[in-house]
Amino acid sequence: MFNSSFDAVVPMLCVTLAALAAMGAEAFRARDEKMPIGGLGIIGLVGAGVACALLWNRNTSSFGVIVADNFGLFVTMVLVIVGILTIMFSSQVLEVDNLPRGEYYALLLFGIAGMMMMATANDLLVVFISLEILSLAVYVLTGIRRDDPRSTEAAFKYFLLGAFSSAFFLYGIAFTYGLTGSTRLDRIGAFLAAQSMSDNPLILVALGLLLVGFAFKISAVPFHMWTPDAYEGAPAIVTGFMSTGVKAAAFAAFARVFLSAFEPFSQQWVPVIWVLAAATMILGTVVGVAQSNLKRMLAYSSIAHGGYLLVGLVAANQIGKAAILFYLLAYAITNLAAFGVIAMLASSNDENEELRDYKGLWHTHPALAAMMTVCLLSLGGLPPTVGFVGKWYIFSAAVSSGYYGLAVIGMLTSVVSVFFYLRVVVMMYMSEREGPEPVRPRIARMGMVALTLSVILIFYLGILPTRVLDYAAESIATIF
Amino acid sequence: MDGWLGVLIMLVLGVGFAAVMIGLSVLLGPKNPTPEKLAPYECGMPAVGDARERHSVKFYLVAMIFLLFDIEIAFLYPWAVALRDLGWPGLMQIVTFFMILSVGYLYVWRKGALDWAPAARARNALRRGPRKAA
Repeated sequence: MFNSSFDAVVPMLCVTLAALAAMGAEAFRARDEKMPIGGLGIIGLVGAGVACALLWNRNTSSFGVIVADNFGLFVTMVLVIVGILTIMFSSQVLEVDNLPRGEYYALLLFGIAGMMMMATANDLLVVFISLEILSLAVYVLTGIRRDDPRSTEAAFKYFLLGAFSSAFFLYGIAFTYGLTGSTRLDRIGAFLAAQSMSDNPLILVALGLLLVGFAFKISAVPFHMWTPDAYEGAPAIVTGFMSTGVKAAAFAAFARVFLSAFEPFSQQWVPVIWVLAAATMILGTVVGVAQSNLKRMLAYSSIAHGGYLLVGLVAANQIGKAAILFYLLAYAITNLAAFGVIAMLASSNDENEELRDYKGLWHTHPALAAMMTVCLLSLGGLPPTVGFVGKWYIFSAAVSSGYYGLAVIGMLTSVVSVFFYLRVVVMMYMSEREGPEPVRPRIARMGMVALTLSVILIFYLGILPTRVLDYAAESIATIF
Repeated sequence: MDGWLGVLIMLVLGVGFAAVMIGLSVLLGPKNPTPEKLAPYECGMPAVGDARERHSVKFYLVAMIFLLFDIEIAFLYPWAVALRDLGWPGLMQIVTFFMILSVGYLYVWRKGALDWAPAARARNALRRGPRKAA
C-alpha cells in the first residue's frame, strides 16, 4: 500500500489541504473578522499547478486507480486556472451578497479536488466517488444564497436530477463489473479487446447507462433539462464555475472511459454520440436565441458548447482528441470570464441579469463592456479569439474523420449563436437605457484583474495557440 | 439442499400458522366497534394531537452530524479487523482520515451546531465577538 507512489495525488492533496485550511479558518474566525481565506485557496491551487508541471511527462500513478498522465494533468491545469479565476471573481460577490465565505471557499476547493480526481481517475468507482465529491460541493454552492427561493429551487432541482443520474452511472458500473470482472479502466479495455463480446447485449446496457450518467453531467440533450434552471438560480459566479469546472472534469472522465476502456465498442457508441452531439448543438443554440435573461442565455450557450465538445469525441482521431482538450481550456476561460462580468454587475437585491439591464453598459462601465464583448465574441467563435481556434480544430477533426454532417451542423449553429451573442453586444453599445439606471455595486479590483487576465489569455491563445495545442497533442499521445 | 428442507418447512408452517390464526380471528371474532376501540393504540393512553408534528430543525442537524461521525466509526471496524496486516501504513492512513474528520468536527463545534439551547449559542456567540444580525 505504501510502496505505490503518492506522486499522482499531490495536486489534489494541495487543494484538499487548502480546503481544510479554509474550513479551519472559518471555524476560528470571529463574526466580522476579515480573513484572506480566498488567498489560502489560491496558494493551494498554485501548489497544485506547480505539482502538475513537475509531474508532466512522468506518467505516474497512485494506488493503481489515479493516473497522472499528461491527459489528466492538462485537465487538472485547466481546473487550476478555473479555480484561481473563480476565487478572484468571488471576493466581490461574497462581499455584496454577504455569503458565508469560509464555507464558500471550502466547498469550492473540495469541488475542485473532486474534479481533479475525476480527471485523473483510472477506475470507474473512483470516477463515481469523485463525481459525488464534486456534485455535493456544487449542489450546496448552487443554493448558497439560502434566502433566495430561486437559488434554493435551483439547488433542489440540480440535486434531484444529479442523484438520479448518479444512480444511472452506478448501475452502468455494476453491469460493467459483472461483465468484465473489474472496475479498472485498463483491465476493462484489455478484457473487451481480448474477448469478442459484441453478441452480448448486456455490454450495450452497461454502455448506455454509463452514457446517460455522463450525459447528465455534461448536460447533453436530452438530459439537459436541469441546466437552465440550475444555472439561472445559482449565483452568477457559481454558475460560471460549474459550467466550466464540472464540464471539464466530466468530459475528461467521459473521454477517458469511452476512448480507452470502451474503444473496442466504438462501432456501437459513436452513432449514439453523433445524435447527442447534433441534438445538443441544435437545441442549445435555437432555444438560446429566445432567451431574454443573460444567465439563461449563457446556460443554453453552454449546452451548445457541450455539443461541440461531443463532436470532438465522435471524431476521435488525433486532432479530435487534442481539440477536445484545447476546447475545454478555451471554453473554460471564456465562459468563466463572461459569468464573472455578470457576477460583478450584480447588486445584492437585484442581479441585473436581464438582457435589458445591459443596455448602454458602455456608457457606465466601458472597460467591463469591452471585456464582455471579447468574451462573447470568443464564445461565438470569431477570430482572433481562442473560441475561433477551438472551434476550428473541432470541426477540422470532424471533417478529417469524415463526419461532414456534424461539421456542417456545428458551423451552422455557430453562426446562429453569433446572433445572440452579438445581440448583447449591440445592447451594450448601441442602445440607450430607458428608465432608471440599475443599481450596480462598486467594481472590485480583484475581479478586474481576473477579467483582464482572462482577456489576455483569450487573445494569446487565439493568436498564438500552437504552444498549448502542442501540449494538448502531447497529452493525448500518452493514453489513447 | 437436504439441510435446508427443514428451514423451508418451518418457514411455511410459521407463516401459514400466523396467517390462519389472523384470518380466523377476522372471520370468527365478534365485532363491536366503538370510537375508543377504533382509535390508534397509544400504550393504553388516549391519543393526544396529531402524529405529524413539526419537529425542531435542530433534530435534523443533530441527525446529520450523527450520521457523519457514525460512518467514521463504521470505517474504523474494517481497519481494526485488518490491523495486523495493514501495519504502520494502515495506522498512518487511519490517523490522516481522522485528522481530516476532526477538522470537520472542530468546524461543527465552533459554529455552535452542537449547542442545543439558544442560550448556550448566544453565550458562545458573545465569547466569539459581536454577531451581526444576518
